[in-house]
Amino acid sequence: MKNRRTGNLAAAPHVVWSILFIIAPLLFVLYYTLTDPEGGFTLENISRLFTGNYVLIFLNSLCLALIATVICLALAYPLAYLIASMKQRRQKIVILLIMLPLWMNFLITTYSWMTLLEDTGVINTLLAKIGLDPVHMINTPGAVICGMVFCFFPYMVLPIYSVMAGIDPKLVEAAKDLGCSDAQVMTRVIMPLSLSGVISGITMVFVPSVSTFYISQKLGGGSFQLIGDTIESYFTGTAINFHFGAALSLVLMVLILLSMAVMNRFTDEETAMERRPML
Amino acid sequence: MKKVFSKVYLGLIFLFLYAPLIVMVLISFNSGDSTTQIEGFSLKWYREIFRDHGTLQAFRNTLVLSVLAAVLATVIGTLAAVGIHKMRSKRLRSAVMTVTNIPMMNPDIVTGISLMLLFVFAARMLNLETTLSFYTLLIAHITFCLPYVILNVLPKLRQMDKNLPEAAQDLGCTPLQSFFKVELPFIMPSVWTAMIMAFTLSFDDFVISNFTSGSSYETLTIHIYSMIKKSVKPNIYSLSTIVFFAVLVLLIVYNFTDSADDRRERAIERANLRRERRLRKERGELVEE
Amino acid sequence: MSWLKSKKFLAFLGVTLLCLLLAACAAGGDRDELYIYNWGEYLADGTRGTFDSLEGFQEYYKDLTGRDVKIYYTTYPSNEDMYAKISSGTSAYDVIFPSDYMVERMIREGLLGKIRLEEVCEEYGTECYYDYIEDEFRGLYYDPTDEYSVPYTYGRVGIITNANKVDEEDKTGWDMLWNEKYAGQILQFNNSRDGFATAQYLLGYNVNSTDPAEWEACLEKLLEQKPLVQSYVMDEIYNKMESGEAAIGAYYAGDYFTMLEVNEDLEFFYPEKTNLFVDCMCVPADSENPEIAALFINYMLTRDPAVASAEFIYYASPNSIVYTDEEYIEEMGEDVMEVLYPEDFNFKEELDENGFRDLDPETLQMIADLWEELKISGGMPTHIYVEAAALAVLIAAVCLYFLIRRLRRSRYWE
Repeated sequence: MKNRRTGNLAAAPHVVWSILFIIAPLLFVLYYTLTDPEGGFTLENISRLFTGNYVLIFLNSLCLALIATVICLALAYPLAYLIASMKQRRQKIVILLIMLPLWMNFLITTYSWMTLLEDTGVINTLLAKIGLDPVHMINTPGAVICGMVFCFFPYMVLPIYSVMAGIDPKLVEAAKDLGCSDAQVMTRVIMPLSLSGVISGITMVFVPSVSTFYISQKLGGGSFQLIGDTIESYFTGTAINFHFGAALSLVLMVLILLSMAVMNRFTDEETAMERRPML
Repeated sequence: MKKVFSKVYLGLIFLFLYAPLIVMVLISFNSGDSTTQIEGFSLKWYREIFRDHGTLQAFRNTLVLSVLAAVLATVIGTLAAVGIHKMRSKRLRSAVMTVTNIPMMNPDIVTGISLMLLFVFAARMLNLETTLSFYTLLIAHITFCLPYVILNVLPKLRQMDKNLPEAAQDLGCTPLQSFFKVELPFIMPSVWTAMIMAFTLSFDDFVISNFTSGSSYETLTIHIYSMIKKSVKPNIYSLSTIVFFAVLVLLIVYNFTDSADDRRERAIERANLRRERRLRKERGELVEE
Repeated sequence: MSWLKSKKFLAFLGVTLLCLLLAACAAGGDRDELYIYNWGEYLADGTRGTFDSLEGFQEYYKDLTGRDVKIYYTTYPSNEDMYAKISSGTSAYDVIFPSDYMVERMIREGLLGKIRLEEVCEEYGTECYYDYIEDEFRGLYYDPTDEYSVPYTYGRVGIITNANKVDEEDKTGWDMLWNEKYAGQILQFNNSRDGFATAQYLLGYNVNSTDPAEWEACLEKLLEQKPLVQSYVMDEIYNKMESGEAAIGAYYAGDYFTMLEVNEDLEFFYPEKTNLFVDCMCVPADSENPEIAALFINYMLTRDPAVASAEFIYYASPNSIVYTDEEYIEEMGEDVMEVLYPEDFNFKEELDENGFRDLDPETLQMIADLWEELKISGGMPTHIYVEAAALAVLIAAVCLYFLIRRLRRSRYWE
């Protein structure tokens, strides 16, 4: 009984904090969505979402984010496996080296990507030097995806690695003793056990990719609009409209929470809710 | 074969992750004003960055903010993890966990906007001239760091033997003492990683800061983003390069201190093993190996 | 050992609280304060060997009043960002630097306060430098009585071309941004007002029209241009013009010279009709230190900071102290002076005719919608959608596999 009370007491600051700074702000988003600038109730902000190009903008963002997430996963999974099978000491160094680019300002690294990918940029200059044809990369969706993968890649590696490093090697040995081939060990033991890491990796990459706006402006040449750009423009653009901006944010949030909830349905709920450490 | 493949793969990934950083380092030594055309080698942008009060101030602000946000988020988050771990009611626990997950599941821009709307409202209600300040920025950063801390610490708590804190309390510890003497030392490694994670997130944040910063406190990302009309100069690149090498050196140092720790642990392990063998020998048991 | 670790943790906590306390002390205190909100890189602040205007003001203030002033200097990327912060009523600033049309809007909405420059200067016994502002820049449309704003810089938009890529005879005017010969080499503004303006000048419309038909005609024109556009840019234009990635782009006259320093092949000209701007110094209505703000504005008109900032920003200055200063003229050079301060040019008339005015919210919303339509049109290449759809199907299949496995397993255990 006593233990329980101290437990609740320890969580109290967090609970208070969450109510003040997580729940309350979201209620404001809801409030702004359902009101007009005069403060009257309206559903117009929601119905307007289905007019014009907003559906297409959402679709574009979701497509790019999806592709970026899958590429991250495809690259990060084998990498995490490789790192987890290294010597203990090496593991730590490699993980920290993968995290290091995150400490650089992403505005500057995105600029550097621009310098790399341009038609007269570093990569094409190098290609020309070894006698290959130039490749047009900048201002394409591919360049935006590349920028997203770069920015969020470490967030995919970390959770998968930490789960893999936590897998008991005895399990692998046991599977082998029982006659599993290497491929079977992979699909029957390691993959199912690392699923929770994959799920948190997907969350940590997909969510920021959907809402990114700086990367698409710089690497996409501003020729296609993503939802992050649109939301931002309603708060700091030519036509400021907090109410419609809030409606867009709300829909984006609901979309993401829904897709995450669906994904969590398919995996063990307990692990999905309270995942393993990131590092 | 497998080894070669894995080395090549690792190399390619690092090439991808470090290519823009290499560009950044090269441009920071540019003698011209451009951030694309390298004219020659010079250290002038390194001299320049130390004269640029605005950028340096923004950098200091970012450091102070990130350290504070990381530490406070870690304290609140660790306490919360302990609390959640002890909660018996499953429903309460899953409710708290769902709310905790929201800032992580929510796009940055939504978190930033929702907090801004809250602060706007607070300003209207309390009739304040200024609400956006260092403190709102700090609140915002703590808010989005919290879930990462909790999700880091909670699983570690799970791994702990539940009997340990109980044993400590049976032996006369108060719950608080048992927390500091038993639980905290056990979860400390993941508390540290949580703090590093929170620091990283806070240090690199732009979107949320942009919506919640006020007239007295500017972070580095906002400072750089504001150069949008008049172009970024290579001195920002040299600042980033300095940060890059500073972190690299820190990592190396950290690596060495850590290996000292490792050595000590291994020594203890060896000693234990020897003692066990000796005991077994004394008892006349057969010692294998 | 473990005891030590938790002690370390406590020490950390202590340091944190100390930091917080220090931060709190820095925020409070008895000193005079001045909150400046400016464009990024828009004032000589000691970087790149320039004169430090902020430090200079602190000395000036100390001389006048014998007190110290702490300056909080923050920056914004666009008028709209600044307006969003000020109008939300969440932060109080003392000096801001809005452009003409934004000054008009902010005066109308009661967001700006009267500066009372002369009165304040008299009160503090210092010379008022407003007299050096040229007549042409007084009583402009956005502030007919000159009570709310003091002009800081001005300039015009022109077209920048790369001599290696663009033929001399093609340099005709705004229509060269529609010249198919340079497909894929053209840069357009990534900003609705400026972007639409290029089409409006071309079609001979007024940039401040409220007629939806005209705006839609411009959208048609911009849609026609989209396949030729390499990218929609703001600050990226520096990189793209300097490296020769693009051949044609429109930007502000002063910024052209920044690019010219890197790439000598760049050329510049003003089309017949083009956009003009004046960036002003203003004091928000809710400023807590309006007098210090007025002193700062006055200080920025004195020789050293005014010349240094004009050199730093590369835009023209309405301050006669600056453009008659010999050192300044020499530093700028003849070519630059010719472009920045052309003769036979009536700024006031031109601004009335071609400058941006603040528009009503409905028109602004329409512009935003039309701009969005331009950006979204054409969309992404179809293969992106196909790939995304394929991946979505794949993910659904994997999820389904796990679901079935779980169901089977639970049945097995039962």
